[in-house]
Amino acid sequence: MANLKPDELIARIDYTPPSTGWMDTPTVIRAGMFCYAAKPPSVETLGLPYAREWNPLDDDWKLPANWKEIVLEGLRDRLERFRSFKVFMDICVRCGACADKCHFFIGTGDPKNMPVVRAELLRSVYRNDFTKAGKILGKLAGARELTLDVLKEWWYYFFQCTECRRCSVFCPYGIDTAEITMMAREIFNLLGLNIDWIATPVSNCYKTGNHMGIQPHAFKDMMDFFVDEIEEVTGVRVEPQFNKKGADILFITPSGDVFGDPGTFTAMGYMILHHYLKVNYGLSITWSTYASEGGNFGFFTSNEVMKRLNAKMYAEAKRLGVKWILGGECGHMWRVINQYMATMNGPADFLEEPVNPITGTKFENAKVTKMVHIAEFTADLIKHGKLNLDPKRNDHLKVTFHDSCNTSRGMGMFDEPRYVIKNVCNNFYDMPINCIREQTFCCGSGSGLNASEDMELRLSGGLPRANAVKYVHEKHGVNMLACVCAIDRAVLPPLMQYWVPEVDVTGLHEMVANALIIPGEKKKTVNLRGEDLPGMEDEADE
Amino acid sequence: MRLDNLLKRNKDAIVKKWLSLAIDAYPADTSKFIKSQKDPFANPVGNTFSNLGPLFDELLNEMDYKSITSYLYPIIRVRAVQPILSSSQSIGFILSLKKVIRESFKKEFSDNDILKELLVFELKIDELALIAFDVYMKCREQVYEIKANEERNRTFRAFERAGLLAETSADGPSL
Repeated sequence: MANLKPDELIARIDYTPPSTGWMDTPTVIRAGMFCYAAKPPSVETLGLPYAREWNPLDDDWKLPANWKEIVLEGLRDRLERFRSFKVFMDICVRCGACADKCHFFIGTGDPKNMPVVRAELLRSVYRNDFTKAGKILGKLAGARELTLDVLKEWWYYFFQCTECRRCSVFCPYGIDTAEITMMAREIFNLLGLNIDWIATPVSNCYKTGNHMGIQPHAFKDMMDFFVDEIEEVTGVRVEPQFNKKGADILFITPSGDVFGDPGTFTAMGYMILHHYLKVNYGLSITWSTYASEGGNFGFFTSNEVMKRLNAKMYAEAKRLGVKWILGGECGHMWRVINQYMATMNGPADFLEEPVNPITGTKFENAKVTKMVHIAEFTADLIKHGKLNLDPKRNDHLKVTFHDSCNTSRGMGMFDEPRYVIKNVCNNFYDMPINCIREQTFCCGSGSGLNASEDMELRLSGGLPRANAVKYVHEKHGVNMLACVCAIDRAVLPPLMQYWVPEVDVTGLHEMVANALIIPGEKKKTVNLRGEDLPGMEDEADE
Repeated sequence: MRLDNLLKRNKDAIVKKWLSLAIDAYPADTSKFIKSQKDPFANPVGNTFSNLGPLFDELLNEMDYKSITSYLYPIIRVRAVQPILSSSQSIGFILSLKKVIRESFKKEFSDNDILKELLVFELKIDELALIAFDVYMKCREQVYEIKANEERNRTFRAFERAGLLAETSADGPSL
């Protein structure tokens, strides 16, 4: 050491990582980038196999002795059952169009998060065991054997994908990498390798009807608390209905909004809108304490689990005899509804094709599912002049809108939320075009990755979204990020806190309710958050 | 101040090399992307490195702490949440400026006067590295704070929901 010259010392510092290809670069499981393992009781609830205590950081994952056989059989089974999966395994030409489109690649800087490489992690084993070229040429054909390290690598990276499908927008073949992730996660569940942030909400949902594990009386208690809060702000006492047989419409929204800020203000927004429609137009909307969850973390577990959790929506609609279902602001809930529910648990021929009884609008897009997104419903009400709104009440807000991956890429809903925002507040600024609508950047915490222990993953994955928010904040003074997704409402506040602390987060219907002039309301001086309304601070004293 | 003149005259080339070394801390495929994608929204990480030029200017001038931290935060805030980089790699790019300067002016450093100036200038780089360490730690502390707050809020709500919390008046519980 003493004999080394400064130049030599500096030369010894390794500034660059090894330049090996992905297949030869070993994966290191790093703290902050993964979620804790599923707790055994949560795995057992649904009768899923190999429930046990295990730790991703341990060498021994306590896998069953025949784990390899289970994985390969699971893969074979899914290749036979799901044509799209088989096609996606075969047709990728590795053109790289998707490579730099993933928020996790952009944010984490880890090349194994390029969608093409993430898919190759699995595809390489597919080639090795299911294709002639792979069997004969091995590594030359991009094939590799399934080993314990490979399985761990799959687990690490398929839980670093939020199934947001931004990559699929850019794939010339339309490969949906989210479906590859879904298949990988199904296979993990054959080995008891789920993460707890998914397994426990799923277990709760199966047992009590919602992810939070809220029992019916607690659900109602919370709503009663909202009733008091609303009365304090507006002077109007709303009367939400529960499990009301013969109601016109069943309303289902994610349970997260009932218990977590700022989602609670969105929940109050729904209640105010329902009340307004009841008083003005006689529309009867009911909540359900049985179908008390719009979200579906089963979607991040397996097709079968997703189907089991989703079944309660139609079951409750049938039991209550409603005409159709109105769904709250959520993201993945809508991918499940829009793309799977009708074939999974339908046909819902006991329901009517949704028609807005106040405007007469037929929701053609919901003809099959019989379920309408509340942003579409409210946009329709506004379009027909059915809501008495005072957007000035939101004048302290400069708003931008985050398109949730699932409502935008999963159901093509771009304009309705923007239309609503522009009618309930006066200052709206969209983010740059390559960050919104079908190209929207994920919040970085979707698909069950919104735990706390993986905060580094969430904050780095959310960087592209936050970066675009920062731009409109600096350019236009934007101070509010609106969204139509309960997971967004839960995860965007910490994301903003880290990257753009000047910007807060709101649901759409919080702003709607704040702008809505409710019959019999007192002179409002504060909004649902208890903040002073612009220009109304002194009204209470008059 | 011959070294200063040398550095000012060659600023663009030095910053370019510095940038290249800073980005090469990432794996090859990532660094290729960061260097080539110019759209700031498609490549927010690469976009932060535009601050290297102003940072270099600070080294040539008075080293204003406030300005320096404002240039460092965007770069280090990103690196502080990228576990693919070790902590030393996250701020090591500051020290790689020494390597760039030493390699760029090998011939000039045979002159003892310039070499002495280099020693002074390198002290400034060391100081910059220490400021970068402060910034890095603040970002890391913020990450832990966010994690802790999330956990605390969840626990609080769970207790609240279970009816285990009682409201007390501002002047304490009545005894």
